[in-house]
Amino acid sequence: MNKIINNIHFLFDPLSLFFLAVIAVVSLPALIYAAGYLKNQFSRPRARYLNILTVLFIVSMSGVVTAGHLLVFLVAWELMSLISFFLVAFEYEHEQSIKASTIYIVMTHIGTAFIIAGFMLLYKYCGSFDMGTIRASAPAIPGNIRDLIFLFLLIGFGTKAGIVPLHLWLPYAHPQAPSHISSLMSGVMIKTAVYGIIRFVIYIIGVDTAWWAGIILVFAAVSCLVGVIYALMVQDIKKLLAYSSIENMGIILLGIGLAMLFMALKQPYLAVFSLVAGLFHLINHAVFKGLLFLCAGSVYKSVKTRDMEKMGGLIKVMPWTAAFFLLGAMAISGLPPLNGFVSEWMALQAFFMGAIKADSGMLKLLFGLGAAVLAFTGGLAAACFVKAFGISFLALPRSRQAQEAKEVCLSMRLGMGILAVLTVSLGIFAAFIVKPLAKIAGHVCSIDISDMSFSVNNFILSPQPMKGVYLSPALLGLVLLLFGSGAAVSYFIFGRSKARVYKTWDCGYYNMTSRNEYSATGFSKPFQVAFSFFLFPYRRTQKIRESAYHVKSFSYETHTIPVFKRYLYEPLLGLIVKTAGFMRRIQPGSIHLYIGYIMLAVFLLIIFMRKF
Amino acid sequence: MRIFFICLQLVLAVLLAPLVSGMIARIKNNLRMRRGSPLLQPYYNLAKLFFKGEVVSRTASWIFRITPFILFASSAAALVLVPMVISASPAYYAGDILAIIFILALGRFFLSLAGLDAGSAFGGMGSSREMFISGIAEPAACIAVFSLMLNNASTSPELLGVTGYPHLGTICAVLCLFMITLAETSRLPVDNQETHLELTMIHEAMVLEYSGRSLAFIEMSSYIKQLFWFSLLSYLIFPVTVDISAGFAHIGSAAVLFLVKLIIFSGIVAIVEVSVAKMRLFRVVDYFGFAIILGIVATVANFIGL
Repeated sequence: MNKIINNIHFLFDPLSLFFLAVIAVVSLPALIYAAGYLKNQFSRPRARYLNILTVLFIVSMSGVVTAGHLLVFLVAWELMSLISFFLVAFEYEHEQSIKASTIYIVMTHIGTAFIIAGFMLLYKYCGSFDMGTIRASAPAIPGNIRDLIFLFLLIGFGTKAGIVPLHLWLPYAHPQAPSHISSLMSGVMIKTAVYGIIRFVIYIIGVDTAWWAGIILVFAAVSCLVGVIYALMVQDIKKLLAYSSIENMGIILLGIGLAMLFMALKQPYLAVFSLVAGLFHLINHAVFKGLLFLCAGSVYKSVKTRDMEKMGGLIKVMPWTAAFFLLGAMAISGLPPLNGFVSEWMALQAFFMGAIKADSGMLKLLFGLGAAVLAFTGGLAAACFVKAFGISFLALPRSRQAQEAKEVCLSMRLGMGILAVLTVSLGIFAAFIVKPLAKIAGHVCSIDISDMSFSVNNFILSPQPMKGVYLSPALLGLVLLLFGSGAAVSYFIFGRSKARVYKTWDCGYYNMTSRNEYSATGFSKPFQVAFSFFLFPYRRTQKIRESAYHVKSFSYETHTIPVFKRYLYEPLLGLIVKTAGFMRRIQPGSIHLYIGYIMLAVFLLIIFMRKF
Repeated sequence: MRIFFICLQLVLAVLLAPLVSGMIARIKNNLRMRRGSPLLQPYYNLAKLFFKGEVVSRTASWIFRITPFILFASSAAALVLVPMVISASPAYYAGDILAIIFILALGRFFLSLAGLDAGSAFGGMGSSREMFISGIAEPAACIAVFSLMLNNASTSPELLGVTGYPHLGTICAVLCLFMITLAETSRLPVDNQETHLELTMIHEAMVLEYSGRSLAFIEMSSYIKQLFWFSLLSYLIFPVTVDISAGFAHIGSAAVLFLVKLIIFSGIVAIVEVSVAKMRLFRVVDYFGFAIILGIVATVANFIGL
């Protein structure tokens, strides 16, 4: 025991500091936001309880990313999981919260079990719980054990990261927590899983086989597509953001997986570049997803619903929230010159450069397909956020609550504003930010980056292996601003044309109401049809008749089958319940039999200890 | 000096942009044995719209008002980044071909929002379809760019083209991009500029609520975007640009060559448009599926050196 306590120490190397920065960047605005958000939402004592939990949550996440000892890491990890469980279950009067938190705590513990198994294997072969010692003796671990450790850690951290098919809890748990907690969970907590993968797989165990990277890349690509397709289908604004988190975790893991692949292929520059792309997207996603969840929280507080079909027209009553949400939506859709654009561009370039350096044609083609998947994700994400913003904020209000919504208070606007400013500046100053990120990546991969260049100066990004390829978000923003303002000037300079405000024309169908508007379901219908091979949509129609000749009302519902839940989790759960039912037979309630079991267990243990 | 010439080129290109549409309309009409509207009709339309009064929907917000400017900015920025006549523009430091794809997405994003903004069902329908089509077009564009990138190990638009006779890889990639161009410039078989039929329109549905000067800007942006795509494709097939130090004679002949390329492209587009029918919306998936396969063929052809 003493030995363990003496060894407890915390790491403050560049990787830990980076993740601490990510935590700080999202936590601070979220806490400022919470001050206003909790007013009139919960009673004073409950709000205080929530604040204490929030702070403990932030501390536990900081503990996860700084722990230098496996046991400390596990304790912090478990604290983080448990506190976030309480946060998800915070609004326990809703049935959904109970369901969401139950799914969450079961899945997260399955993940933790795999992490513990991986750590025990590490301890067995390295003889220490200290990360530095393990790292030093990691190359001595036999190959198949390394593979096993990798798989355990991947499942463990993958559950927390929400990669498909381990994502099931994420769209339940994230929307159910209070909004600033959702923003912390989606913005930061799931990123600690990426920290785990980088820290343990890349930094401590070290990558030497390409198939590890292959597995991560395949799961990441699947997560990208599945996440964004589901995000397109849902009408709950926070659930949409949660699914989009799965997609973005996919993009981040594409960067990480590429870095591992290039390490195995001995391409140091590309490894660093891909890891930088992944880390950059990680902080970008933390910022804009944090922002979007805060905006969704503002909407929820004002409109009292998360259903987009009941929103609409909010841009007029909540101009600030609308502007912030728009900014976040633009960033997540990868529009220039915001931050999401730069990191997606870098990830695409990483694929492209990989194809240039690859020596086999098959590998080149795979890189091309990977880039195409990423581009596809980007295109669908843009559609998804046109829907999210357009349906909830534009046109006519679709319900009374939406009509009577009010702009939120100053502290909430301040919280969102800080993240909005960060979203813009992380984009404009991308070339400047890439330099410290490259240092972190170099540290993680143990690669000397002193002769690698990622940017021409502080404003122009330029990947070294590519000839004459530059990207300057600042310059691009300037060009766009120049043309945009030029157009605006020429619009107004010739005398403002007589703009008359009148009813919507709508091809002559006057007197439209909000019932005529395009709905969120309608907006995503083409996607539902195109992806019907995966979504299995079905509809339920019901006619309510007054008599045989007169239909009083008509209801129409459309649903999709949740493939993973239906065909993976439900059979698995059924199997477990069945096995448990079978196992009950050995528990007949006789105390003599139980004493016999204890005897048997002791015998078996003695034999086990003798043998192994 | 270089900056001056680049700006001159840009201004001339912007002025030229509506002419391309006029040319296509003229060729189409002549192919259909009609006399057709004058070559300069797009200019007349723009002038008419520019000085006309405007009606803005009561439902619409500031998104609706600023969209024409953002759309114009995104199309013009794309045009700045594509090689036309003069080489080595300093604007290439701003971004490469991938950046251009993202820039065009910016304009599309806002146009789709504007379609939803007025609250009409047609606008929403147009937005939904536009995002659907562009979402599926994105991987095709990416893989075409990818195969072209393998030529010179660069995504700079200037280095995407290969001098000499066009290879099979280049041809397939350009065909793939051509299919995307048809969709992006809202032409048959994906969309149809000539009709306002509710069930089929896409681009026209989104801009349905626009009128007067705002509509003039939106039309202008479409012309510029079209010119951008034509310049890109013609550059990829036949990459010729000159440095400003080459002298006026060379610049002049390169400019003439550029015009000839545009005329040829207009002819091709016109012939395609009069000879195909509009597809159902969900056939577009197959259409882009074919484009993606062309892109893959281009990639394979490029690295086996065909």
